[in-house]
Amino acid sequence: MQFDQLLQFFLSGVATGAIYALIGIGFSIIYNSTGIINFAQGEFVMLGGLLALSFTELLKLPLWAAIPCAIAVSTLVGALFERLAIRPLRRPTPINLVIITIGGSILIRGISMLIWGKDTHALPPFSGEEPVIIGGATVMPQHIWIVGITLLLISINKFYFFHTISGKAMRACAYNRRAAGLVGIDVRRMVLFSFIISSAFGSVAGIIVAPLTMTAYDVGVMLGLKGFCAAIIGGMSSGMATVAGGLLLGILESMGAGLISSGYKDAISFIILLLILFFRPQGLFGKSESERV
Amino acid sequence: MAKFICFMIIVILAPLLFEGGYIMNVLVFAGINTMLAIALNLLLGYAGQISLGHAGFFGIGAYLSGIMTTVFNLNPWFVISAASVATGLFAFLLGFPVLKLKGHYLAMATLGLGIIIYIIFNETIDYTGGPSGLSGIPQLSVGSFVFDSDIRNYYLVWGVTVVIMLLALNLSESRVGRALRAIHDSEIAARVVGINTRLLKVQIFAVSAMISSVAGSLYAHSVTFISPASFGFNFSVELLTMVVIGGLGSIYGSFLGALLLTLLPEFLRGANDYDIVIYGALLMLMLMFMPGGLARGIPELLNRFKNSLKGSGNA
Repeated sequence: MQFDQLLQFFLSGVATGAIYALIGIGFSIIYNSTGIINFAQGEFVMLGGLLALSFTELLKLPLWAAIPCAIAVSTLVGALFERLAIRPLRRPTPINLVIITIGGSILIRGISMLIWGKDTHALPPFSGEEPVIIGGATVMPQHIWIVGITLLLISINKFYFFHTISGKAMRACAYNRRAAGLVGIDVRRMVLFSFIISSAFGSVAGIIVAPLTMTAYDVGVMLGLKGFCAAIIGGMSSGMATVAGGLLLGILESMGAGLISSGYKDAISFIILLLILFFRPQGLFGKSESERV
Repeated sequence: MAKFICFMIIVILAPLLFEGGYIMNVLVFAGINTMLAIALNLLLGYAGQISLGHAGFFGIGAYLSGIMTTVFNLNPWFVISAASVATGLFAFLLGFPVLKLKGHYLAMATLGLGIIIYIIFNETIDYTGGPSGLSGIPQLSVGSFVFDSDIRNYYLVWGVTVVIMLLALNLSESRVGRALRAIHDSEIAARVVGINTRLLKVQIFAVSAMISSVAGSLYAHSVTFISPASFGFNFSVELLTMVVIGGLGSIYGSFLGALLLTLLPEFLRGANDYDIVIYGALLMLMLMFMPGGLARGIPELLNRFKNSLKGSGNA
């Protein structure tokens, strides 16, 4: 096994890992402010990619204009989903929430299938397809875009949660919803915000990955699950731990596919998911908490 | 009991109405789906533990039956029981770490498990035939009597379904059933009154997997061809939809849900692509407007209707 090849697997793992991290942060943001695991998270990833495609091909918008439009529309879908499905739920037990978000995810996927069909589509790369050579490994410019945009979004995310009033209010909801309500924070609005932010994150992930891996109406399931896996490794934090989780997952998966078998590539992430859930449900980096009655 | 006798009569007489038609074939699937919905309902409706990987257990039963009878030429009846025991044991061992998890985490873990099983069906091509499937599975037979027509398969499948239904009804009225419902309401309270919640959850998970495996074996023998596509995540969601539509914790509800969801695509034929949209919409609407499912929602609606009639009569 040559060093070049390992480096190649490592670098492509970093790029897919960055995608998982972005999706995972979407999961964590909603989980922290509401206690919900949004099973529809992956569908926003799919929506981002396919909407960007429609805006460039049907409306003939340039890519730089199509992307914000795609993000805006999928964010709107996220907000509607919260208002129409999550908020009116009469008995929001965990199982009911799982079922309703699964229902939402199938509905969004099904409608997308009717709109875009079952074919796979490709979005043009952001800046050409001339590969860059880094220490013997070839890297597509799109890989660099992915890592760059992820870093940028994570910094914005960090700034928002720690240096703005509404970000701090959302963190307050995450610690204790009732106490947050008592000090005058509109908790329901924060829940809506969390859906908006995480669907925006998801759609960005879907847009930047689309030129690399193609996209179709059903890519959301796998991408969503891997993002969840990243968030679980990171202990459902919306910060660096989830990013580390995503990168770890991306790199392991890419190494596994290259060195062991590409057929079992997806199985690797789910085995990691199960192992983490069984042995360290608080995440790789977290401390365990005692159960509250 | 009256309910059960009614149900039996419907099951026995149904073929007279549809004999020979295509609908008989669909009703065979309805029987298999009813078994699966009951299996999932024991876990989800009674014990309150979700599983998004039940299509995997269904698939294990189907593939064990398929492989053991075609490749190793074993007796199909023996394989059905052995496969069921093996799947139950597998679920039992797996249940200890899996059912330690709760709510969302449990959903994700079972989902992951289902997908791993699905990937294995696809990748172990030497045995399973991979994505293109496994064909030539023999039909079941007793002596020289072969279950080779829809009507024969109908009585075979529904015979087993009725037995499973009876067992499930019995279980739900027993001490174990009450203990399961206690876990559903509050696991901690159940532990306090002396229920070994951990063991009981694992046991019901194993029983549920065993029933699913039997359903899988019957499916494999009646269709004679299986491929991984029937055992994926989408089918797990379909099962979940059946249970939710029928009503969590209602055995007859599972029958209604399974029947409805098996027949629905037949009425929507031609609009085949729409069924995924309809499942999603049904799941959400039921949960929002009829959280008790059809089994509780229909009597409730009838009552309300009667009351409103009475109300207008008095006025």
